[in-house]
Amino acid sequence: MEPALQLKNITVQYGGFTALDHVDLNIERHTTLGLVGESGSGKSTLARVIAGLIAPDEGEIGLGSQPLKKKRSREQHKNVQMIFQNPDASLNPKHSIRQILSEALLFHRIVERRQVEQRCKELLERVHIEEGALDRYPYEFSGGQRQRIAIARALSVEPSLLIADEPTSALDVSVQRSVLELFHTLKEELNLTMLFISHDLGVIHAISDNVAVMRQGRVIEVNSKSKFFVRPETDYSRELLSAVPRIPTSSRSGGSYEQRI
Amino acid sequence: MAANTVLQVEALSLAAKSKKLVENVSFSLGKGESLGLVGESGSGKSLTLRAILGLLPRGIEQTGGVIKSDVSSAMVFQDPRGALDPLCPVVAQVAEVIYYRQKASRKASRIQALELLEMLGLPDSLKKSDRYPSQLSGGQCQRIVIAMALACKPGILLCDEPTTALDVTVQRQIIETITSLQRELGFAMVFVTHNLAIAASLCPKLCVMKEGQIVEHDDTLRLLQNPTNPYTRMLLDSVLPLPELEGSEQ
Repeated sequence: MEPALQLKNITVQYGGFTALDHVDLNIERHTTLGLVGESGSGKSTLARVIAGLIAPDEGEIGLGSQPLKKKRSREQHKNVQMIFQNPDASLNPKHSIRQILSEALLFHRIVERRQVEQRCKELLERVHIEEGALDRYPYEFSGGQRQRIAIARALSVEPSLLIADEPTSALDVSVQRSVLELFHTLKEELNLTMLFISHDLGVIHAISDNVAVMRQGRVIEVNSKSKFFVRPETDYSRELLSAVPRIPTSSRSGGSYEQRI
Repeated sequence: MAANTVLQVEALSLAAKSKKLVENVSFSLGKGESLGLVGESGSGKSLTLRAILGLLPRGIEQTGGVIKSDVSSAMVFQDPRGALDPLCPVVAQVAEVIYYRQKASRKASRIQALELLEMLGLPDSLKKSDRYPSQLSGGQCQRIVIAMALACKPGILLCDEPTTALDVTVQRQIIETITSLQRELGFAMVFVTHNLAIAASLCPKLCVMKEGQIVEHDDTLRLLQNPTNPYTRMLLDSVLPLPELEGSEQ
């Protein structure tokens, strides 16, 4: 079976700066690919290229059996949905939650007009927000709840690929945990294909099936989760993994940061 | 105040109009010690730091308690780019702090600034041509901010999430820089973070804050092994586990 998404030789340049340098990447159906890398490594640019927000200078994108061109059909746009880091900026503050959710449903003709209300309620239930929220506005919700609403909107059009670009970075640790749990249940229930971008390796470990590492515009390693976190192939991945702060255990004393030799 | 104590906070309360933001916070800090303040957003950890520095935001007042300290303190902020003047080259910025705080001559303060920057591992090229904050990376900017804080020769270094805006590898470098400087210069430190793992690896003592109050404080290891407060346990649980790397020394 062909992969859900194929990227071949993608290059993006901003002026003279090469943000993506001949990137090849595949995402298998019904799996989650975690994309890690430091800031400036090109993770978000890659997400934007896949979502069609940036046209690559070179290379091809294939979604299932269809090639994604610079100009995409409505159907193709529908099939790739994205969740951003900052839910405040991605939800229109002047629209009620009902408007936010129903707009996409109507635009992509997912359900008939008279069923929109019912579908909105189902969507909110799916992300554990009470249905009374429909007539409220984004500012009335906490950051975690807003991110749940953004997830509900992205899922409302039944995309074949969901891109999540640092969806939990702006959230508190406890809220981050509950949003990650939500992603987990949604993944199981809906058989999602997902590209999950984060610089936090703990988050990537919690959600991904496979891991890709980016550095300076290139994908330097693609590996299964179980191998990547125990036996990474490249030195850079090892460096990333060993830099994650860990809770000291009884064998090591607390409060003495261990120097790397 | 005990002879060894450099900072004592007793029953500190802060409020904005009628809303209580920090309530009854007490802790003390000995010479050369480090204390970690851990909590989520809105727990009042940054405000506590600002109260120690005497830099409370407008509209927030100290309603009770005393802060006793006989040494100077300096602060490192979360966002290094925001803490630096974008229109002033970085060596000049550090030199200016030394000029005013240590009353050195312009020339001597520039030499001292360059020494500090070298100690913090910034590139040598700064000696020849000064650069603006926008021409340095986030990690380098944070080192400049630390240099400026240390230029005041503080007895206490207050760190407000100094590594949150940085990548993990850079975070590691900054933490290593701070610990080795602390060993060298012997300042005390209050380290504020929401990341329990960082606080635990840096500080032998931890205070967990929630909604303006300290809910638990203890030695780091004891706190991690038997947290008595459910909130501490929740924070501990939300540190996402990673499997051990093969071939690592831990």
